[in-house]
Amino acid sequence: MNIIVCVKQVIDPEAPPASFKIDTENNKAEMHGAPPVIDPYGEYAVEAALRLKEAKGGTITIMVMGVNLLREVVKKPLAMGADELILLEDEAFTGVDSLTTAQALSLAIKKKGGYDLILCGREASDTNAGQTGPAIAEILGLPCITIARKIEASDSSLKVERATLTGYDVIESTLPAVVTVSNEIGEPRYPTIKGIMAAKKIEPVIWKPGDIGLDLPAGNKTKLRRLFQPVHEGKCEFVDGETAEEMAVTLANKLRESKIL
Amino acid sequence: MSENKGVAVYCEIKDDKIMPIAAEGLGIGRKLADSLGQELAAIILGSGVGNYAQQAIAAGADKVYAIENTQLKEYQPDIYVSVLESAAKQIKPLIMIMGQTDGGRELAPRLAFRLGTAAILDCVDLDIDGESKRLLQTKPVYGGNAQAVFVTETDPQIATIRTKAMTALEPDASRKGEVVNIKAEIDAAAVKTKIVKRVAEEVAGMKIEDAAIVVSGGRGIGSAEGFKQLEELAALLKGAVGGSRPSCDNNWIPDTSQVGLTGKIIAPDVYIAVAISGSSQHMSGCSGAKTIMAINKDKEANIFRYARFGVAGDWKKVLPAFTARLKELMAS
Ligand SMILES: Cc1cc2nc3c(=O)[nH]c(=O)nc-3n(C[C@H](O)[C@H](O)[C@H](O)COP(=O)(O)OP(=O)(O)OC[C@H]3O[C@@H](n4cnc5c(N)ncnc54)[C@H](O)[C@@H]3O)c2cc1C
Ligand SMILES: Nc1ncnc2c1ncn2[C@@H]1O[C@H](COP(=O)(O)O)[C@@H](O)[C@H]1O
Repeated sequence: MNIIVCVKQVIDPEAPPASFKIDTENNKAEMHGAPPVIDPYGEYAVEAALRLKEAKGGTITIMVMGVNLLREVVKKPLAMGADELILLEDEAFTGVDSLTTAQALSLAIKKKGGYDLILCGREASDTNAGQTGPAIAEILGLPCITIARKIEASDSSLKVERATLTGYDVIESTLPAVVTVSNEIGEPRYPTIKGIMAAKKIEPVIWKPGDIGLDLPAGNKTKLRRLFQPVHEGKCEFVDGETAEEMAVTLANKLRESKIL
Repeated sequence: MSENKGVAVYCEIKDDKIMPIAAEGLGIGRKLADSLGQELAAIILGSGVGNYAQQAIAAGADKVYAIENTQLKEYQPDIYVSVLESAAKQIKPLIMIMGQTDGGRELAPRLAFRLGTAAILDCVDLDIDGESKRLLQTKPVYGGNAQAVFVTETDPQIATIRTKAMTALEPDASRKGEVVNIKAEIDAAAVKTKIVKRVAEEVAGMKIEDAAIVVSGGRGIGSAEGFKQLEELAALLKGAVGGSRPSCDNNWIPDTSQVGLTGKIIAPDVYIAVAISGSSQHMSGCSGAKTIMAINKDKEANIFRYARFGVAGDWKKVLPAFTARLKELMAS
């Protein structure tokens, strides 16, 4: 089973919120003092692919589209056990919207060919869009299943549990298909030393817009007007006390008096 | 200039009613339509949809487009997206609003692609730009650390809205509106996936989205055992137990009790956060609470930037004493 996993390089979403800054001039966000990472849901998708490979064999190709891709970051899926890395790296990919992203990835997926399954994260940690997977499915005319919490595959079909707000749906589909992966799939594995060594030896394939036949700037359909940080006044009243128990009692009294509880 | 006109809200049906989020969509849709001086339509699909038309009209719609078909009885994304595509091509709205529901989040991007336009998901604010008359779509990005305002340059401008971010109108049963039946062909060949089973995971006690008081635990709780103490407090307060993603990932509580960006968005009267750091992704789900109270051993934890009351201490010591004292106070 040959799987293509789309993974993105993002600013670290787990860095303390206090490190988050916006460069208002360029409508760009930064995490001060924290290096970029691969997007967490993309990493869950890599984990899902590795489990399918363990069960069914085959190869895993990672595709990353972006600018200034740090090799030590984008090679992490290889260190986890993926086989191949394709980078769509070009200045022209700066600030593209969800649809253009899906278009570029779809063209690259077509060029690569020979795939049974395409995996994406349910949403990237920066855009929080959740659009790339469904859009790739539409562009390539493939079945689309979102927010997978479990994936089982046979040679020609797929059985997926889709997490819903009330439980889950069991969905069947033919292959090839596009599936977006959620965290319920299970913790991504850590790269092993052996994996890290193997990843060092793999040279990424680099494709430019021209290599995949993408006409940029195709023009985004959506424009970012403004990016801003909501403010929280932060007026927390800490209760006093010599001991934890004392503080707890003071708080209970206070909440009761003020009729909050 | 496109010929598209008006605002259309896709109204999902659940438990024999239009969903609360559909009423919220009609609420904001009414404002947008009025500000454009155009019509507000509701789109309802399914079987027996005529029954819901009056609900949509009472919630603000001028017109209801009903698409009746027994094949629409159960949600199937491939069918629903093609029916909505057909409806949008007939109605030609300028703006289309959907809920950020299990369905909406997968239908909106697919629909947008098919209509040659774009969707912005999980909007917390929608407004009409005074100058360009385009839709200003505000949505949290970077896990809630920031908000972005997007403008879509093609029509229809499709947006999904976050639960409880917009206000529904007070239902007015005396409102009048027109019901228009439209047809949409269902192409069997378009159906690529099959839903073989739907599983509802029942949670014991109250659901977090319905509770006035939610006691929520994070990674610092450390075990399913620890959550028993949270349950005790929740039971005392007639509230529900929720948690952060790590608490769900560790199976200390069910996945359906996750609060946050990729869990549930709730707005209880009181949110008691125990051993939760307060990541932006978590706060996306609970910052709408009237009062947040936090217990965390780290005084610098981000949760205290949102909390009205805080205890900097070990929950294992604080929580039992807090519950015991409340029990005393409530008994007297
Ligand atoms: C795209 C995306 C979506 C996400 N969606 C969600 C979501 O919907 N919901 C969600 O919750 N997370 C979500 N996350 C994960 C999120 O980024 C955080 O990792 C998560 O919220 C952290 O959970 P936590 O606060 O329980 O754990 P931690 O951040 O590890 O915090 C644990 C806290 O417990 C405190 N503590 C430890 N021991 C004690 C003790 N004995 N007494 C008192 N305090 C103690 C610590 O001081 C610490 O503050 C998402 C992440 C991404 C990237
Ligand atoms: N630039 C990109 N390169 C590779 N994969 C991407 C890119 N953008 C999005 N994806 C994939 O699509 C998922 C959802 O992204 P989004 O639609 O932006 O929320 C991510 O988790 C990735 O798996």
